[in-house]
Amino acid sequence: MEYALEVIDVHKRFIERSEVPPAGMMPPEAGAVAAGATGAADPAVAAGGAGVRAGARSGGAEPAARGVRRWLRRAPLEEVRAVDGVTLRVRRGEIFGILGPNGCGKSTLVRIVSTLLLPDAGTVRVFGHDAVREPHAVRRLINRVSVEAAFFKKLSSWENLCYAARLYGLSPRAIRAEVARIAERLGLPWEKLFTSMEHLSRGQQQKVAIARALLTSPVLLLLDEPTTGLDPRSKRDVQRFVEEVRREHDATILLTSHDMDEVERLCDRVAVMNEGRVIAVDTPQKLKQRYGGPGGTLEDVFLRLTGRDWEEVLANEA
Amino acid sequence: MKRDAALSPPPGGALAPAARRGWLGELCSGWGFVERNFRLIRRYAAWEVAEQFYNVVNALTIALIGVAQGPEVVLYLTVGALLWGFLSVIFMEVATSVQWERWEGTIESTFMAPIHRLTFLLGTSAWAVLYGLVRTSVVLGAVALFFRMDLSRANLGAALLVLVVSSFSFIGLGLIAAVLPLLSPEKGAQATHIIQGVLLLISGVYYEIDALPAWLQPLSWISPATYTLRDVRRAVLHGATVGQLAPDLLRLGLFALVMIPLGYAVFATAERYALRKGLLKRNG
Repeated sequence: MEYALEVIDVHKRFIERSEVPPAGMMPPEAGAVAAGATGAADPAVAAGGAGVRAGARSGGAEPAARGVRRWLRRAPLEEVRAVDGVTLRVRRGEIFGILGPNGCGKSTLVRIVSTLLLPDAGTVRVFGHDAVREPHAVRRLINRVSVEAAFFKKLSSWENLCYAARLYGLSPRAIRAEVARIAERLGLPWEKLFTSMEHLSRGQQQKVAIARALLTSPVLLLLDEPTTGLDPRSKRDVQRFVEEVRREHDATILLTSHDMDEVERLCDRVAVMNEGRVIAVDTPQKLKQRYGGPGGTLEDVFLRLTGRDWEEVLANEA
Repeated sequence: MKRDAALSPPPGGALAPAARRGWLGELCSGWGFVERNFRLIRRYAAWEVAEQFYNVVNALTIALIGVAQGPEVVLYLTVGALLWGFLSVIFMEVATSVQWERWEGTIESTFMAPIHRLTFLLGTSAWAVLYGLVRTSVVLGAVALFFRMDLSRANLGAALLVLVVSSFSFIGLGLIAAVLPLLSPEKGAQATHIIQGVLLLISGVYYEIDALPAWLQPLSWISPATYTLRDVRRAVLHGATVGQLAPDLLRLGLFALVMIPLGYAVFATAERYALRKGLLKRNG
């Protein structure tokens, strides 16, 4: 079997400040109330809420701020297993989806495949090239679209695309022809190419990001939540384009997403990830048959596999 | 090997068909950094004008301090201001190249491009030298007009040669400083100012090295700016020939030979550390 991408028993851990305050720094109930009241997922924000309360009791914001700083300094370090023994094999020409909530390790995995992060253990091979030992060879084969469309905001789309294409050794003449073709297919008006990026909508920026990735004709395209935050029309445009890319190019696509419908529509196979682990891999249809029950959806699959309600997961993330 | 061959991607599939490979491709990519930075400067033209105005006024102010002591002191101070401006541009452009990519959030897409890191660093350095030359020429023109300087004794060719040779060692220093924003997204760029400040203090930019406390003077020997300033002043003020400047030119060449590979090695090590710790992730 010819694989475009092999991820074999990959581990990645990070050492981060604990979200749990050290004993004695704050009453547990005060922390819970503060975090709940502010709705803050960020520990610093949650701690800020608690600190302000403590400060109010002690008669001022200054002691509270000191308390928060002390809390942040003393918060113990803990190990976070971002990717925990993931094994995946993506066939050539496949659109392979990774589905999971925020923080489940999807983007970390994509960064490892992109050669932007070194795994602690395990092997990643792109068309047989080891991502750790041969990053240069892997970089020639891949490109990535991330959830944040990262550009030089003051430059126009055209200038950003020229810069990206130059990095891949494309000549200006080749850039012109390719950009025109891709922009038309993405429904990106020609005049928008000469507008500064900061004046483009989020959807248009994301289309330019996709154009940038496709300009280099990657054989493995990594799409890390490419439609997150897009309006429905832009989302449809991007999804149509992904289908077209697969149809017309000999490209393999790794797509991470929050969107169950998108994954079901686009992906040949899907890996469900939770807390750094892959908990199931199959076609959307088979996953639904196996874990979703009669008439089940991918949301049912997620609930069955993780014990977590998908809507609730998304609501917590929002 | 057999396995790799079997799994090779389709011909022409990897990279667009018109993509250049080899050293020509790297050259084209390196030029991409020059082109990009030029376009950025054009977009921030108002900032550029304001900064240039400040540079001109700053050089004039420093030179005016010497008016009472005579034209030679004015020229001495002017050379200091111009050279420091030039070397600072090179150092800061190279040192903050990573920081700029961080601000814009483009560092990941730049670092996953299939180019050698040396191409990134040399492309940035080439821009820094060109940009530094243009900025310094503008200030030089303004100062020359203001003071109607007599450069009849100056050996400008020798001064330019010193400038070119010393640029390389400053590029090396810049490469080492560029590591700081790579390792510390929040504090790295500020820390580069500390290095720049130390160089300003110890290199004799506006005074002779003898003015420094004795315990500080040995530090000036390890700053390439010390030799650059000394030689450019000798060439401009006294018309020193290349032969007379040869010992310091050799020193500057040696600095470059050591600093550039050292800077690259430090950068490569820091990049590996950043890749292990996940420090490239968008920040700021």
